[in-house]
This record gives sequence, C-alpha cells and structure tokens, in this order.
Amino acid sequence: MAAPAVDLRVGRRARRMPPSLLAGAAMLLAWVAASLLAPWIAPHPPLASDFLALLQPPGPGHPFGTDQIGRDVLSRVLHGGRSVLAVAPAATALGLALGTTIGLAAAYFGGWTDEIAMRLLDAVMALPIVIVAMLALTFLGASTLNVILVIGIVFAPLVARTMRAAALVEVRKDYVRAAELRGEGIAYVMFREVLPNVAGPLAVEATLRLGYAVFTAATLGFLGLGAQPPAPDWGLMVAENQALLTTAPWTVLFPALAIAWVVVGIALVSDGLRVGQGP
Amino acid sequence: MLAYASRRLALLTVTLLAASMLIFLVTSVLPGNVGRIMLGPFAAQDSVDTLNRQLGLDRPVLERYAVWLAAVVQGDWGRSLHFNAPVLPLVIERLGRSLLLAAVTLAILVPSAVAAGIHAARREGGVFDRTVSLLGLSVRALPEFVTGVVLIVVFGIQLGWLPVQALPPEGAGPVEVLRHLLMPALCLVLVLFAYVFRMTRAGVIEALAADWTRTARLKGLPPSVVVLRHVLRNALLPTIAVLGAQIGWLVGGLVVVETLFRYPGIGTLIQFAATAKDLPLLVGCAVAVTAVFALGNLAADLLAASLDPRIRHGSPRG
Repeated sequence: MAAPAVDLRVGRRARRMPPSLLAGAAMLLAWVAASLLAPWIAPHPPLASDFLALLQPPGPGHPFGTDQIGRDVLSRVLHGGRSVLAVAPAATALGLALGTTIGLAAAYFGGWTDEIAMRLLDAVMALPIVIVAMLALTFLGASTLNVILVIGIVFAPLVARTMRAAALVEVRKDYVRAAELRGEGIAYVMFREVLPNVAGPLAVEATLRLGYAVFTAATLGFLGLGAQPPAPDWGLMVAENQALLTTAPWTVLFPALAIAWVVVGIALVSDGLRVGQGP
Repeated sequence: MLAYASRRLALLTVTLLAASMLIFLVTSVLPGNVGRIMLGPFAAQDSVDTLNRQLGLDRPVLERYAVWLAAVVQGDWGRSLHFNAPVLPLVIERLGRSLLLAAVTLAILVPSAVAAGIHAARREGGVFDRTVSLLGLSVRALPEFVTGVVLIVVFGIQLGWLPVQALPPEGAGPVEVLRHLLMPALCLVLVLFAYVFRMTRAGVIEALAADWTRTARLKGLPPSVVVLRHVLRNALLPTIAVLGAQIGWLVGGLVVVETLFRYPGIGTLIQFAATAKDLPLLVGCAVAVTAVFALGNLAADLLAASLDPRIRHGSPRG
C-alpha cells in the first residue's frame, strides 16, 4: 500500500512533494476507497445475474454494461478491487519480510553465509517468476492464500538482493560496532540499528514490488491460477470474457483498465518517492 | 575470449543443474500427491497408486532426480498424458513459434529503446526525457493482457488495421506473418521498454560525462561520430546485461500474450499443461524455458565480452 509515503520524507525535502507522488497517491486512494465501499456504492451485487439484460452495452442502469449472464460489470469491477487490495499488499509484505531478513543477514554476517545465500538466490532467479508461480500453484492448488504465499516467496530473492546491497555499506559503520559493543543481540542490531538506515531503499523497493505483485496476481488470475469463477477478479474477468472481445469489448476493457489504474498509481508513487529521495 | 567463453559455459552448466534441481524439487517436495493431482479428485485410489508407481514416485527423491536428469539429458523427456505423445518434440515445435515471436519483439524493442535512451540522455531532464521515463515506468508494470486488450480494442476492432489473432493462416507470406505478430510483440515491448531505455539512458549519460568523450569532442569529431563510435560502445554494456536478464520476463510474458492472441507457442503449452495437470509436459516446458533463459543470458554475456576487452581479460570473477 502507499502508506510508506507518509513518514519517509527526510529533513528539508519533506516540504516539496513531487507532483507524480500526489497524483499517484490520489489514484490509489480512490481505488482503496472504492474497494472498501464497494458493497455500498456498487449498483448491483457482483454475482447477481439479470437475465433480461444480457450483454448490455454501457448505458443508464449499467454504466459499464453487463456480461453474458447479465452481471453488472461496474459492480464486478468495484468488488474486484477488494481482492487486489487483499492480495497485493499481503504478498508484498511477505516478500519484503523474507527478503529483508535474508538480505540483512547476508550483509551482516558476510563471508560464507553471504556467499551461500547469494548463490541460492541466483538459482531461484534463474527461473522465470511467472513459470515458478505456475508450477507451484499447479501443485498447491489455485486459491487466494496460495497466490499470496507464492508471490511473496518468489519476490523474496529480489528484495534480498536490493536490501543486501543497501545494507552492505551500513554494516561497516561505527554505530553497528557501538551496538555490538553494548552487547545488543544480532536481531536487535539487524532490525533496530541497520534497518532504519536502509528504510529509503526499502520504501522504493516496497512500491516497486507492490506494483509487480498487482502485475503477477492479475496475470495468475488471467491464467486461471488465482481466484476461481464466479469470483469478481479482474484478471479472471478478462480471461472469462476474452471470447467476447470483438462483440462486447466492455466486458474485458473495464477490468483491464482497472488493473491499469492501480498499476499506474503505484508507478507514480514509486517515481515520486525516488525523486523525493534524490539520487 | 575462448577461455572466457569456456568459463562462462561451465557456469551455465552449474546454473542449469541448480535450476533443474529446483524444478524437480517443486514437483516432488511440494505437498500434493502427483497421481491425485493428475487424475483428479474422483479417480479410484488404485489408479492413483498405479500411476504413482509408473512415474516411479515410490522411490527416494535423490534417486528419482538422478534417473530423471539422466533421461532429460538423453532427450527422453517423458510422455505427455494429454497428448499421449513424447514431450520433447511437442516442446520443440512450440518453442520454435515462440522464438519467432520473441525475435520480432526484440527487433522492435532494441532499436527503439536504445534510440530513445540516447536521445533522452543527450537532453537529460528535458521534456522528452521526463515524458518517456514516466510513461515507461507506468507501462512496464502493466500486465501484457491489459495492454493487449487495449491494443486489440483500438487497432484490431475500432480501426481494423491489425488481425486480432497471432497465428497467420497456412501459407501466409512473411509480411502477413509479421502483421499477425505485431500486436502481441508490441505488448511484450511495452513491458520491457522501460528497462532497456533506462539502462541505455544511464549508460549514455555516464559515458557523455567521461574524459575520453571530452577528448573525442575536443579532437573536433562531429557529435554523431562521438556518440556512435565512443559513447555507445561503452554505454551499451549494461544494456546488454539487462536484456539478458529480461529474457525471463519475456518468457513469462509469452504465456500471457500467447493465451490472449491464441498463438500456439510454448506459452500456451505451459498454460495448458498447468490447467490440465499434465505434469510431465509442464516439467518439460519449464526445463526448456529455463534452458532458453540461461542461453539468452550466455549470449548477452558473450556479446558484452566481445565489446569490452576488460570483461574477457578480467579476473575470474568477471
């Protein structure tokens, strides 16, 4: 979620918010609000069929039209936002937690721990992410929880790389020695001393990963490995209605544009955070 | 160069071994009974047990991995349950079509992204630079099926310029084949454009600021010669490395784009194998894709080495 934007602005840069950050945050807020309020603002229930209004083009009563069993596309798009809102931040948080732990440990311990961790990550990254996710979901079974787990785990190596690179500079600094001499434990030094000093890269990584979590979750949904019908999932809606693309494009276009909305919003926030942080 | 290439080849073997182990582990350690997954919840326990025995699943993991790896190396990739045919020829036929699509993608991507990167770097912070940077950043995280849907609606349906299916009819000429592949390739280009653009831009900015660029300029060389002969050769090195690494995304993208445009390549085969629970086929596809990915990285590294003598004569760690 866009929350990290709040407390990461440092010192004098805090005054100037880049316009892309504001625009992106506004887009994301609109999405979060629409998703949370979906049960109240959606004109119809997401699963309710109206058999007298099959494949209605967008118009009064159905602003985004209806699908082939007469479900209101606007209502389904609004409700679909809820699953993205649940999956993407959860998967990102899992990936960040795992990756940060591995990355910080690799940087802090160095030597063999670092070498082994990095070679293992190389092997994981030698496999295309979507393919690994497909393999794993075929075995675990397609469900929302499994999508979160799988995305979180495949993201961990990528996060670990970034965090290790950022932490390598920090672990050599005197404050780390000081904490060690005070007799602080390893976990304390890693998470209470080093982690706050790599919060900037972590925030940029978080928004980047969040964007890719939406990307990957939507893609898995599209491939039929995420939410299952009749759930109002954006990726799944595109896949289900794909055959209608030429005759009833609104059934496909609106869920696709909803994904684009969230992704672009996250990208703008990510860009704004980076600009705000300086090089 | 030869020494570098052979060292790189050895590394490739190690990577492939590790990746094959990972693929095998995913398929054997993850919870879920393979026979049950393949036959579905309603099959009799007898048939599940028989299938598990046929697949050799009653033996220890390490032994199974060794047997499996030996067979894969010898070209025996098992049989697809659904097609009731050997996996390897199926995979090769589909892979060929996907490589054609990937080639068209790269042919559009590389020149356009590199040219845009150079242009943006020469006027750093300008309108062009800022616009393309932000656009690229927004577009690169759009799933291919989202851009695909928008492209199909605009160019396929509203304007009617391009066919909405990627597979050309039998006996179509090269122009017709290209026309069919243009939209799916564009979807892939949009996702990858930002990376290549940014790496080129960063590389050119760095090279433009270097002393040897100033020397070349002060010698009186025209700007275009300075960029083409001196700057580009240095600036493209990181770009090539990034291209190698992006082949993984490209493969993932193929699954999506081929599904959307109904193109019978390796991507649709993977998608089919995953949904039909055809595990031998799925594992075969994963192995093939990983091999292509690793070979792509190798090609990128060798290309970089041929451009930069420091890499091929450098320390073993490169």
